[in-house]
Amino acid sequence: MKGVQALLIVVGRFMLQLFAAIGRVTAFAITVIWRGLTPPYYPARLFEQLARIGWFSLPVVGLTAIFTGAALAQQIFTAGTRFNATSTVPAVVVLGMVRELGPVLTGLMVAGRVSSAMAAEIGTMRVTEQLDAMATLRTDYYRYLIAPRLFAALIAMPILVLIANGIGILGGYALAIYKLDFNSVGYLKTTRHYLEADDFRMALVKSAVFGFFIALMGCYHGLKTSGGAAGVGQSTTQAVVSTFILILLSNLLITVIAFG
Amino acid sequence: MSKILLSNVAKRFGDKAVLDGVNLSVDAGESVTIIGQSGSGKSVTIKCIIGLIRPDSGSVRIDGEEVTGMGDRDLNRIRSKVGMLFQGGALFDSLPVWRNVTFALTQGKVIAAKEMRRIAEENLERVGLDRTILDLRPSELSGGMQKRVALARAIAPKPEIIFFDEPTTGLDPIRADVINDLIVSLTEDIGITAITITHDMASARKIAHRVAMLYEGRIIWEGPRERLYDSGNPYVDQFVQGRAEGPIR
Ligand SMILES: Nc1ncnc2c1ncn2[C@@H]1O[C@H](COP(=O)(O)OP(=O)(O)O)[C@@H](O)[C@H]1O
Ligand SMILES: [Mg+2]
Repeated sequence: MKGVQALLIVVGRFMLQLFAAIGRVTAFAITVIWRGLTPPYYPARLFEQLARIGWFSLPVVGLTAIFTGAALAQQIFTAGTRFNATSTVPAVVVLGMVRELGPVLTGLMVAGRVSSAMAAEIGTMRVTEQLDAMATLRTDYYRYLIAPRLFAALIAMPILVLIANGIGILGGYALAIYKLDFNSVGYLKTTRHYLEADDFRMALVKSAVFGFFIALMGCYHGLKTSGGAAGVGQSTTQAVVSTFILILLSNLLITVIAFG
Repeated sequence: MSKILLSNVAKRFGDKAVLDGVNLSVDAGESVTIIGQSGSGKSVTIKCIIGLIRPDSGSVRIDGEEVTGMGDRDLNRIRSKVGMLFQGGALFDSLPVWRNVTFALTQGKVIAAKEMRRIAEENLERVGLDRTILDLRPSELSGGMQKRVALARAIAPKPEIIFFDEPTTGLDPIRADVINDLIVSLTEDIGITAITITHDMASARKIAHRVAMLYEGRIIWEGPRERLYDSGNPYVDQFVQGRAEGPIR
């Protein structure tokens, strides 16, 4: 009885903390969006972040996609030989890439690159009082720093995911043609046949949601940094871990609920 | 009417009472120096005045307007009269020196670059720096130079009130005196109201019209700078003479 009670107390406390955290993050998100949509605007900051989040993520996202697409093709082929279904390779590669692996892997790679960098940069500005200085110089750092990051991630992620999908499909195609002896024309035809608008819609919804979480968590943990360099390190870790969890969780929810 | 008026300002962090009823009045054009031990709450005091930290209780008035609990818009109006030099400089390390110095004028936008560079150069000269550093990043400067760039940033928008948090800490005695002269000229020639935090007694004696000592969350002594070395207050005596023995443990 005592043990059960103690367990309930621990679980209860955890749930309370969780709900409090969700409340704080939601309030933060609303503040950022509201301030970002009201003047003054900082378009130059937005473009700067688009370059940082979108353009400079391309190499790592492209590499991830091409390797994953190729590996996926090989896996499906190997599994397919067991029950004479190797012809499903193009279909599974395209659906697997577009609906699931493209968005999720791109999300995780960009989270690792971008959430951590945002948390570290804003966290450093917090502990070195640069944010306070900005406030005394009458510039709202929600508008100057945070909103451009959030909107840029929201815009860049869908584009990155579309590119990743293309490269991933290409990776699978290349492997299938050069190693698995598929017919090029037939492979492409099947790929096109199985791809529907719905798949792209799902990829775009997922990637926008992931982009939102990537910037939100990076900035949130950056802003609430305290305690010098160690605090910045802690925020960086928390940003990445919480973004990963949110990406995987929201991916499941979107997959099951919205498109299940 | 006082330019700046603090009444019974109290602030605690966790269960540590940092400020415990601070009263301070500063007239327009006056230069007041706050002295006190490290960690005694001097920086917290000026952050309360400028609205970066909200006191738990008490009142802060600038030009008669209550600052505590003020909304963003009003706070920005007040802050347009105020400049602040942070203890650590707090320069924006992603921006070059000239954009740091003119940040209050541009609000972070790249506008009128030529004019802004001129203004930056002008203000750098006032703190003993020159145009060669205009395009450098703060991280490429020495600590003392960073402090002076931060000072240039604080004075660039020509504020009516300036807060200097340890302006001469980390500077050699000669450069420190350049800053002392600058602060004196700001108050004497331009009539700026200044609150300066310092541990540097030579600086306090030069720049202050009045000195106030913060101890255990309160102003325990204030008086004209001439009285600093014969205040009759054992705490002040111990502090200004830098003795390890005395009432301050
Ligand atoms: N944002 C904060 N959160 C928690 N404690 C703080 C904060 N700012 C200052 N303090 C604490 O308040 C005390 C006074 O700090 P401060 O005003 O910086 O001292 P100083 O007189 O050296 O400028 C210190 O003990 C410091 O740790
Ligand atoms: Mg201080």
